[in-house]
Amino acid sequence: MKLKKLRGDIDFMEKVEELSDESLNSCIQCGTCSAGCPFVEDMEILPERVFKHITLGNIDEVLEHNTMWICAACYTCSVRCPRDIDIAKIMEAVRQIVLRADIDMVDVDEVDNIEELPQLAVVGCFRKETG
Amino acid sequence: MEEGYLYYPGCTLKAKGSDYESSAMKVMEKLGKPLIEMEDWYCCGAVQSLAEDDIMHQIAPIRTMCCAQEEGEEELITLCDMCYNVLRQANDRMKEKEDDLETMNEFLDEDPDYEAGVEIYHLFHILEDMKSEIEEAVENPLDGLVVAPYYGCMLLRPDNVAVDETEDPEMMENFLELLGVEVLDNPKRTECCGSYHTVNRSDIVEKRVEDIVSYAAGEGAEAIVLSCPLCQFNLDFHQRATEFEIPIFYITELMALAFGLDIEMKNHKIDPRTLLKEKGILE
Repeated sequence: MKLKKLRGDIDFMEKVEELSDESLNSCIQCGTCSAGCPFVEDMEILPERVFKHITLGNIDEVLEHNTMWICAACYTCSVRCPRDIDIAKIMEAVRQIVLRADIDMVDVDEVDNIEELPQLAVVGCFRKETG
Repeated sequence: MEEGYLYYPGCTLKAKGSDYESSAMKVMEKLGKPLIEMEDWYCCGAVQSLAEDDIMHQIAPIRTMCCAQEEGEEELITLCDMCYNVLRQANDRMKEKEDDLETMNEFLDEDPDYEAGVEIYHLFHILEDMKSEIEEAVENPLDGLVVAPYYGCMLLRPDNVAVDETEDPEMMENFLELLGVEVLDNPKRTECCGSYHTVNRSDIVEKRVEDIVSYAAGEGAEAIVLSCPLCQFNLDFHQRATEFEIPIFYITELMALAFGLDIEMKNHKIDPRTLLKEKGILE
């Protein structure tokens, strides 16, 4: 329901570029981001496919796959991109669009070992996965 | 501050990462430049908010900057890699974007304006200028101990906040060599440990830990050395899902041992005492 509203409301690419201050059309689909990403095997679509889908307006392809949630903002892609695109900022922008539609990706009641965890892990996770 | 450095601890070093704080305090005291904790500080937020329009999540780190400014200090030192990264990125944003600084100061209407004059440093910046003091402080060289250095992400990326070469750092290796340990070449030392996924995607972190630890152990590492409390937890705790069991030290713990100082080792899941006794470092 909320996702449907999200799709209808915004020009997705414009919003991503506004939030990230990065140009998606600069991407040449070289795959350097995917090649260096330590999380790529858990991503349902590759980072450069996310960018391609955004530029083509395939919002469902972006929102229905987990890539932006698996990205942990380690910045490996950002420092290696030959087109100097700060890819971590683009992933953050996509996450923010979803989170700002009041969709959370983690629930504190479902974290089973919270007392065991270091404080910065919990703060970091809730900052990246709740709105 | 002539007598030492103004120090920002952050939340984790007061709790699950207390071994890092206690050993770093002892080491810096021994080196003649003690860490003096700020009178007042705020949690940095652990991860940097990267959205252009998000000023709100820059408030906590900047309020800490204001506290340093109030104490009349221009240099603020962190131990935690994540705090360093967040404070540094937030501070740089205020220095580079006048409009953001103005908006920030409007938010902070009950506090004095932040003048963007504070500089953020990590412990490694300080140690880099104290190599001769480190060498002189070594009383018990850690001969025979073989370690793999591990930087993780937050000391090296994004490149505008990197403490060393992003793709080929050597700062930690240089510090470790002063302590007498054998330092392995570790190409996995700049790879992510899985970060905050430890909260709700342990499976992802376990794969990262397997990759990082199996390489180090395969090369003969008896321990991994680092400076981030989240990396320490992930590499230590999640080794239970692997066939390996090598201790994960904060670099200041090894420095303290080499300086002849006691360390607490309260936060370790894999107890380092067995290895340290085997090597004759502990009795």
